[in-house]
Amino acid sequence: MTHKNERVLSVAELARVEGEGALYVRTSGNKVVQARLDIYEPPRFFEAFLRGRAYTEPPDITARICGICPVAYQMSACAAIEAACGAGVGEPIADLRRLLYCGEWIESHALHIYLLHAPDFLGYSSGIEMATHRRDLVERGLALKKAGNAIMETVGGRAIHPINVRVGGFYRAPARAELAALTEPLRRALDGALETVRWVAGFEFPDHACAADMLAMSRPGTYAIEQGTLVTRSGLAFPAAEWDEHVIEEQVPHSTALHAHLAGGGRYLTGPLARYTLSGQWLSPLAREAARAAGLGETCDNPFRSIIVRAVETVYAVEEALRLIAAYEPPDPPATEVRPRAGVGYGVTEAPRGTLCHRYEIDADGLITTARIIPPTSQNQAAIEADLRAFVEARIELDDAELTRQCEQAIRNYDPCISCAAHFLDLTVERSLSDRTDGGSRFCFRLHAH
Amino acid sequence: MVPVSASGFTPTDAGPVVVIGVGNEFRRDDGAGPAVVGRLRDLAPPGVRLVITDGEPTRLIDAWTGAALAVVVDAVRAQRPDQEPPRPGTVHRFVVDGPGAPAGRAASSHGFGFDDAISLAVALDRMPARLIVHAIEAADLTQGPGLTPPVAAAVGVVATAVLADLSPYLAGP
Repeated sequence: MTHKNERVLSVAELARVEGEGALYVRTSGNKVVQARLDIYEPPRFFEAFLRGRAYTEPPDITARICGICPVAYQMSACAAIEAACGAGVGEPIADLRRLLYCGEWIESHALHIYLLHAPDFLGYSSGIEMATHRRDLVERGLALKKAGNAIMETVGGRAIHPINVRVGGFYRAPARAELAALTEPLRRALDGALETVRWVAGFEFPDHACAADMLAMSRPGTYAIEQGTLVTRSGLAFPAAEWDEHVIEEQVPHSTALHAHLAGGGRYLTGPLARYTLSGQWLSPLAREAARAAGLGETCDNPFRSIIVRAVETVYAVEEALRLIAAYEPPDPPATEVRPRAGVGYGVTEAPRGTLCHRYEIDADGLITTARIIPPTSQNQAAIEADLRAFVEARIELDDAELTRQCEQAIRNYDPCISCAAHFLDLTVERSLSDRTDGGSRFCFRLHAH
Repeated sequence: MVPVSASGFTPTDAGPVVVIGVGNEFRRDDGAGPAVVGRLRDLAPPGVRLVITDGEPTRLIDAWTGAALAVVVDAVRAQRPDQEPPRPGTVHRFVVDGPGAPAGRAASSHGFGFDDAISLAVALDRMPARLIVHAIEAADLTQGPGLTPPVAAAVGVVATAVLADLSPYLAGP
C-alpha cells in the first residue's frame, strides 16, 4: 500500500491494444488530477489523402486504415457514397454485406477475447503465456477466428483488406456452393462460440459501472450492424444524415484522435456495451439465452463484462452468418450502378468496436472534395478517460504496480483500436552483421513492431 | 540482379512452401514485403503459396502452419550503431528456429510483434519446419503509396534470394 501524496502512473506503450497509445494517470491524495489515454498515431492523413479521389475509391482506400476492421471502413464508406449519390442497394446485396460484416465481427471478437482480454482475467501476462499453459483455449479461439476469416476470404476476396467490395455492392457475387462450404465450419464455430460465453462468464468481474451515455445503431427487428438509425441511452434518435447535429468533435492536446461528445450532452460510449444495452432485445433467442445464462441482464454498463458481451455477439454473428448463407441467392447483378452527383453523404455502421461514421462531399464529376472519418475509439476516448478517473479513485489504496496493471486492463475492456495499420519492425543492427543476402547468417535479433 | 525463373518445379514431399509478404502498401516502404510477393507471382513455381498479410500474428501463424518452409519478407527500421547513416534498401536474411532473444516488449499495431508471433507459434506447436526472414531496411514509412528508389531496387534482389531459398524444396521437372 502506498501513501504518497502525488503519484504518477504511466505506461508509455500500451500492450494488447490495437495501435499505439499510452496511459497517464496523475493523482494527488485520494483524487485523480489527470487521466489520459494518449493516442499518438496520426490517423487523419487518410482524410486528406481522399480529397481529389474518385467517389469509387474510398472503400479500397479506407480499408487500409485498419487490418482488424477493414470491412467496417468499407461498409461505412459505401453507405456514405451511396447516400451522397442518392443510390440504394437491394436486399440481396445488403444481406451479402451483412454476411461479410459477420465475418469481421467473429474474427475481431475472437482475437480480442482470447489473445488480448482473457489473459487479464486469468492472470497471464500475455496471450502467449496463456497459450503455453492453456493451449486448448487459445486453439479454440483461433478456430473461431478462422471461421470469420473464411467468410472474409469467400465474400471479400481475401482475409485482410477485402478486394471484392465496391460502391453499389460487390465486383463478384459468390456462388451458392462457395458459401455452402462455410456451413459446417460455422456450425462447429457456433459450438465454440457458446463454449466461449460459458467460459468467460466464469471470470471474476470487479464491480464497476461506466457512467457515460451510450450511442449505437438501432434497427428494430434485428441486431443492427450495417444498417439502422442512431439511438442513445438518454433517448436521442436520429438518422446518419443528422450526425453533425448531434455529435461534436474537438481536438485535445494529448491525442491525434479527436474527442467526441453529444451536442448539449456529455461524453458517450459506443461499442458492445452500447449495442447490447440499446438493441439487446433484437439478439437471436440463442444469443439471448446465452447472455442470460452468463448472468447478463437486459443492459450492461460494466466495461469488464464487455468480454461476455463480445462472446454473446460472436454467437449472434455466427448464427446470423449461418442464416444468411442458408437463405443466400446471389445478387444479380452483384452491384447496383451508382452515378455520381454533387452532394454530401453520411454512412454509419457498427464496427466491432463501435459506431463508425464516414462523411463525404463529392462534386458533380464524382471527385471527393471533403472526407471525414469518425472511428469508434476516438468517440470512446473521453468516456474511457472519465472511466479511468473513477476507476482509479475507487482503488487509490492499491500500490502503483497493481493499480497500473488494473488500469491497463480497464483500457483493454474497451478494445481500443488505435488503428495505425502499418506494421514494420525495429531492427538493431550489430556491427558484426554481414549485409549479404545470400549468407543466411544467424544471430540474436530484436524485432519491435509498430 | 535479374531474378531467376524457377518455373517447371513443384514442391517436394517435404510439405507445403509459403512466401509471406508482410506490410501495408499504403505506408510507402512498408509495402516492400507485398511488392516482393507481387514480383514472385510471375516467377514462383506452381504450388508455392504466396500470401500478403499485415503481420497480425495469428494470420502469420495460419499462413505458415504445416509448412516445410516459410519465407517472410518485411520492411524494417534499422538502428545502426555509432550514428552510422541509414542504408535504405539494405537486405538482411535470417534463419529463425525459435523465438528471438532478447525480444523486449512488443509495441505492435496489433498488440503483438513478429517475435511474439514466433513465441505464440512455438507455444501452439505451429512453427514451420524452417522459417527464413528477409528484412529490407526502409527509408520512408509515412502515409501514401509507392516505394522509395533504394527499397524499390531491393525488391528484385529479394525476389531472387527468395527463389534461391525455395529451390532446395522443389523437385525438378
